[in-house]
Amino acid sequence: MRAPGSNAGVAAGDVLLAVENVSLRFGGVKAITDVSFDIRKGEIRAIIGPNGAGKTSMLNVINGFYHPQEGRITFKGRTRSRMRPYVAASQGIARTFQNVALFKGMTTLDNIMAGRTLKMKRGFFWQMLRHGPALAEEIEHRRQVEEIIDFLEIEHIRKVPVGRLPYGLQKRVELGRALAMEPELLLLDEPMAGMNLEEKEDMCRFILDVNNQFGTTIALIEHDMGVVMDLSDRVVVLEYGRKIADGVPDEVKRDQKVIDAYLGVAH
Amino acid sequence: MELLYNIFVGPFAEMARAPDLLVQTLWEGLVSGVLYALIALGFVLIFKASGVFNFAQGIMVVFAGLTLVGLYEAGVPAFLALLITIGVMFALAVCIERAVLRPLVNQPDIILFMATFGLTYFLIGFGELVFGGNPKVMIADELYLPKGAVDLPMFGGLVSLQKIDIAAAVIASAMVAGLAVFFQKTRIGRALRAVADSHKAALSVGISLNQIWVIVWFTAGIVALATGIMWGARSDVSFALQIIALKALPVLILGGFTSVPGAIVGGLIIGIGEKLGEFYFAPAILGSALGRGVESWLAYFIALAFLLFRPQGLFGEKIIERI
Ligand SMILES: Nc1ncnc2c1ncn2[C@@H]1O[C@H](COP(=O)(O)OP(=O)(O)OP(=O)(O)O)[C@@H](O)[C@H]1O
Ligand SMILES: [Mg+2]
Repeated sequence: MRAPGSNAGVAAGDVLLAVENVSLRFGGVKAITDVSFDIRKGEIRAIIGPNGAGKTSMLNVINGFYHPQEGRITFKGRTRSRMRPYVAASQGIARTFQNVALFKGMTTLDNIMAGRTLKMKRGFFWQMLRHGPALAEEIEHRRQVEEIIDFLEIEHIRKVPVGRLPYGLQKRVELGRALAMEPELLLLDEPMAGMNLEEKEDMCRFILDVNNQFGTTIALIEHDMGVVMDLSDRVVVLEYGRKIADGVPDEVKRDQKVIDAYLGVAH
Repeated sequence: MELLYNIFVGPFAEMARAPDLLVQTLWEGLVSGVLYALIALGFVLIFKASGVFNFAQGIMVVFAGLTLVGLYEAGVPAFLALLITIGVMFALAVCIERAVLRPLVNQPDIILFMATFGLTYFLIGFGELVFGGNPKVMIADELYLPKGAVDLPMFGGLVSLQKIDIAAAVIASAMVAGLAVFFQKTRIGRALRAVADSHKAALSVGISLNQIWVIVWFTAGIVALATGIMWGARSDVSFALQIIALKALPVLILGGFTSVPGAIVGGLIIGIGEKLGEFYFAPAILGSALGRGVESWLAYFIALAFLLFRPQGLFGEKIIERI
């Protein structure tokens, strides 16, 4: 459990994102059925559930990759029946992917720089000339990217094409790219999957620091229960596309339905 | 024995005997090489950004050339016609994005490839309808492209450079360099490389695929226009011109479908190799009668021979399958 009161803002209950009655089908497959929950400003919200429960699909709905057949999404007070990825990104939603999705041919630096795409304003003509305001802008973005690189302790790989990096570092670069967007809501899909213990601890520390230092709201999918209990303020549990529990970690841990879902009790 | 002599000694002796002729041959190879590189670049851009092998690249060259000449024949001043043609290529890019790419997003590559077949036949039909099927003469003079030749004395002989070839080499090189800077240094260039690597990651950082596709197809349209003008000025503008797209294929085999430097170096190798083969090797090996027809397949032969020794292509990394 996190120290009580670590998120003073949460009590005020400002809702950053609300998902209401969302249903998503692929042909006959019901990936999500009538799920509602909210994410409050400044909290770390875990989404857990067995394989195929619809967790990744939910993130895809939130950042506009999937369009649900039913339901609404309210982000920062604006309600939509569907998001578009471009809108989600420009409104302040960043994400990482379950199976890292990086720009493999590009260096760490360029990958993270790509996260600043929407922040760059100067026309490409000036950028080509590398002159005046465009150059100043590029330098400013570079400075911010370097800060992220420092923060994530990846100075040593900044010029390495990311395709050559070990998996654990790739996940870290991917987090860096998402942070470069200066998001209000950060969606992390199993950020610690496939990592060793030490890498997991590092990643936990980064996630907590991002949340504390930048006040970034985080939605986190994770299978490691220890990690979930340590990091999250509130947990929503999905099973077969339905929500079966929602609350603080201690509550959820004792919930009979959750225990059954994880032990695989017959329905 | 005689065959070995004909391959490994004869042609080189011939080259040494008349160095001025060799320079002439190399120059002509260089000029076609730069133009091949330009065409190949059009393919590479589109392939990188949208994963589509654009069968329509050749017809786009013809279409751009016909539009330019057609407008001029309709009474539009040459430079205004050039501007309007650029506008037409932009409109074409927007239409392709709306009508072809957007509805077919996430479909298998083969479907998109087939769609570019459709595009090809549409452009042929549309082009013939508007401009007629007859070959047209490129308005090279009106665009102030130079004509005539400069003769350089060299090795006791004369090397003759067509001025239009010099212009073509200079313009194509400038375009290639400009594109390289554009894609390496600018935000849009970075976005393009990002899209080439991962669509979903690109989307997640707010890159608009639709915008990138329009930019890329427009760029390919500009490249097609430049190719159409240069090539058209050397022969004429007709639908037969679209087969120069076939010249880009060996370049792509050599340089890789996704590599900009590959397209450039590959283009030069094919261009120069083709001319050397045509003038020195083919007549020595096949006899002068057969050697004449060599132009249509020699480029493929060079590319395939090269692949025997370097299967990953010019700039590809060594392929190591992860098991
Ligand atoms: N693009 C798609 N097309 C068809 N079915 C899909 C698609 N995406 C997800 N599904 C289906 O939706 C269901 C939920 O998948 P999802 O990936 O959201 O689960 P998950 O909770 O993230 O599982 P995991 O823990 O294994 O990552 C699965 O049955 C899956 O097969
Ligand atoms: Mg998942």
